[in-house]
Amino acid sequence: MTDATFTGTRPRTLAEKVWDKHLVAKGEDGTPDLIYIDLHLVHEVTSPQAFDGLRLAGRPVRRPDLTIATEDHNTPTLAIDRPIADPTSRTQIETLRRNCEEFGIRLHSLGDIEQGIVHVVGPQLGLTQPGITVVCGDSHTSTHGAFGAMALGIGTSEVEHVMATQTLPLQPFKTMAITVDGTLRPGVTAKDIILAVIAKIGTGGGQGYVLEYRGSAIRDLSMEGRMTICNMSIEAGARAGMVAPDATTYAYLKGRAHAPSGQDWDDAVAYWDTLPTDDGAVFDAEVVLDADSLEPFVTWGTNPGQGVSLSETVPDPAGIVDANERAAAERALDYMDLTAGTPMKEIRVDTVFLGSCTNSRVEDLRAAAEIVKGHSLADGVRMLVVPGSARVRIEAEAEGLDKVFTDFGAEWRFAGCSMCLGMNPDQLAPGERCASTSNRNFEGRQGKGGRTHLVSPLVAAATAIRGTLSSPWDLIQDGDN
Amino acid sequence: MEKFTTVTGIALPLRRSNVDTDQIIPAVYLKRVTKTGFDDALFAAWRQDPDFVLNQPAYRGARVLVAGADFGTGSSREHAVWALRDYGFDVVLSPRFGDIFRGNSGKQGLLAGQITEADAQLLWDEIEADPGIELTVDLVARTARVGDLTIPFLIDDYTRWRLLEGLDDIGLTLRDEARISEFESHREPWRPRTLPVKQVNQ
Repeated sequence: MTDATFTGTRPRTLAEKVWDKHLVAKGEDGTPDLIYIDLHLVHEVTSPQAFDGLRLAGRPVRRPDLTIATEDHNTPTLAIDRPIADPTSRTQIETLRRNCEEFGIRLHSLGDIEQGIVHVVGPQLGLTQPGITVVCGDSHTSTHGAFGAMALGIGTSEVEHVMATQTLPLQPFKTMAITVDGTLRPGVTAKDIILAVIAKIGTGGGQGYVLEYRGSAIRDLSMEGRMTICNMSIEAGARAGMVAPDATTYAYLKGRAHAPSGQDWDDAVAYWDTLPTDDGAVFDAEVVLDADSLEPFVTWGTNPGQGVSLSETVPDPAGIVDANERAAAERALDYMDLTAGTPMKEIRVDTVFLGSCTNSRVEDLRAAAEIVKGHSLADGVRMLVVPGSARVRIEAEAEGLDKVFTDFGAEWRFAGCSMCLGMNPDQLAPGERCASTSNRNFEGRQGKGGRTHLVSPLVAAATAIRGTLSSPWDLIQDGDN
Repeated sequence: MEKFTTVTGIALPLRRSNVDTDQIIPAVYLKRVTKTGFDDALFAAWRQDPDFVLNQPAYRGARVLVAGADFGTGSSREHAVWALRDYGFDVVLSPRFGDIFRGNSGKQGLLAGQITEADAQLLWDEIEADPGIELTVDLVARTARVGDLTIPFLIDDYTRWRLLEGLDDIGLTLRDEARISEFESHREPWRPRTLPVKQVNQ
């Protein structure tokens, strides 16, 4: 958004339209714009000091009716009816409960049917809607952009600011179009698109931008797939990622608990229909990706941009021109205990994690279950299947997916962030290697000394069967299907 | 934040210079989930000594801390400010402050007033002559008065304005409160609400 004012008749992008609609006060002389926030999602980790800030200043939460909290980062995924063993985690959870009680915030606690990962809960309740502004003290808030919302991850000071004012002072963003045309081949998914995008533009490529994912391959995706893509916008350094709303969006929303109904639905749709980027609107940057040629994509290194197609080999750092990137690659290979030139498919894993705000929705579980059904888990491999929310878990069980996974040899867990980050008991041991459907392969992210390969749910499932990084294509070659 | 004009309260003489933030609050207390509840952490190591000035009954409930030069140097931890506020301090007077500490103070409604070394000495003498004596800090006049003694202190104009107006970053935004309310009055009824809780829509 290079132009400071987007009102008027010139063609606008989706992001510009949402921004304009939420402008409370225009900044002057370099001061930020004041933007209204439609929906504030809260969890236990980044909120305690914000609530305390309100308490110190004697301020209420301005709009409890636009605020909702859930417990996810610290929660165990086993024995959820027992007290949380780790005292610091327990304290954070108990603090959230007290704060929500005191400030009148709706909270979905462990054991509640709507409890789960905050970015799964918002959409499943129908709270995440096109054209709204969403914030949460969590970088993966970008997930909600899949609905054509502007969704921003924020820090604790900003959490307090939104609680108190329902606004945020924000500097305008630039816009970037990520155009993905063509048709994905069977076995290639939204996760592969976003991993390929990040590998292409780098972990800093999106800095300062709101990304808009466009093109026929994006239009063909389900809402779950779009959420997976928007979720990882932050891994490209972007402030947010968005997809224009369409019939797929409306079909997902209609009938959900907090979606509009009756006349409100018609009014909302009339507005949502105006949101897609106008013909002739100019993006500050554009990136193009061909869906037809895309293969299952996996990471080999310690940031989400260090990825290759599964059919390739571990890259040789010597071939990297940029000295900093070369050094980073060398360090990554050392941490990952990988040798350049090794085929990715020969990499053996100890653990497979199916879950996280990136890939823990019922569609993700369904897709993985379809692959593992009738097979058994590879020797020496453990697999955790962690639904994104209690409701996802119940839906999956109604379809018998839990049985498919447990028959296969996987562990069927309760909802939460689980092994995506080392804040709860689900962690890798030092040196353990994991094929993970999560979003970050940083050093120690899944546990001190743990090694992470980011993969799609389909690759996770095939890997669990074969014990080495694999895709459903390899199963066909094995003659299994 | 509340508007800060004058504060009258017991003054506590801390005859030490270079009171770094590690002394104000040791690192072990930074694991907490709160911005409040740090009052027991304030000067935790020094308070092990029963003779430490904070342990003297006459100074219980003190609101104005008069410290030596270079107060709040070192680590950037805002916990140092939270701990002082939690304990009940509204003002710290010192001949020099750590920059970051001074910035943090302004965000949390703690007045950090700069006085001369000579005036610090005068204040300590006056306070110690009558432990528990009250001191009045007047932010409008930028003075501290105790007994017959009135001394000036320095504070930058922007921070003073924010304290006088009771503005933190949130407070500044709330100056546009009318515009926020105006904006809210035009919000469409179909926009999402988390309350009341709905189970099923239709």
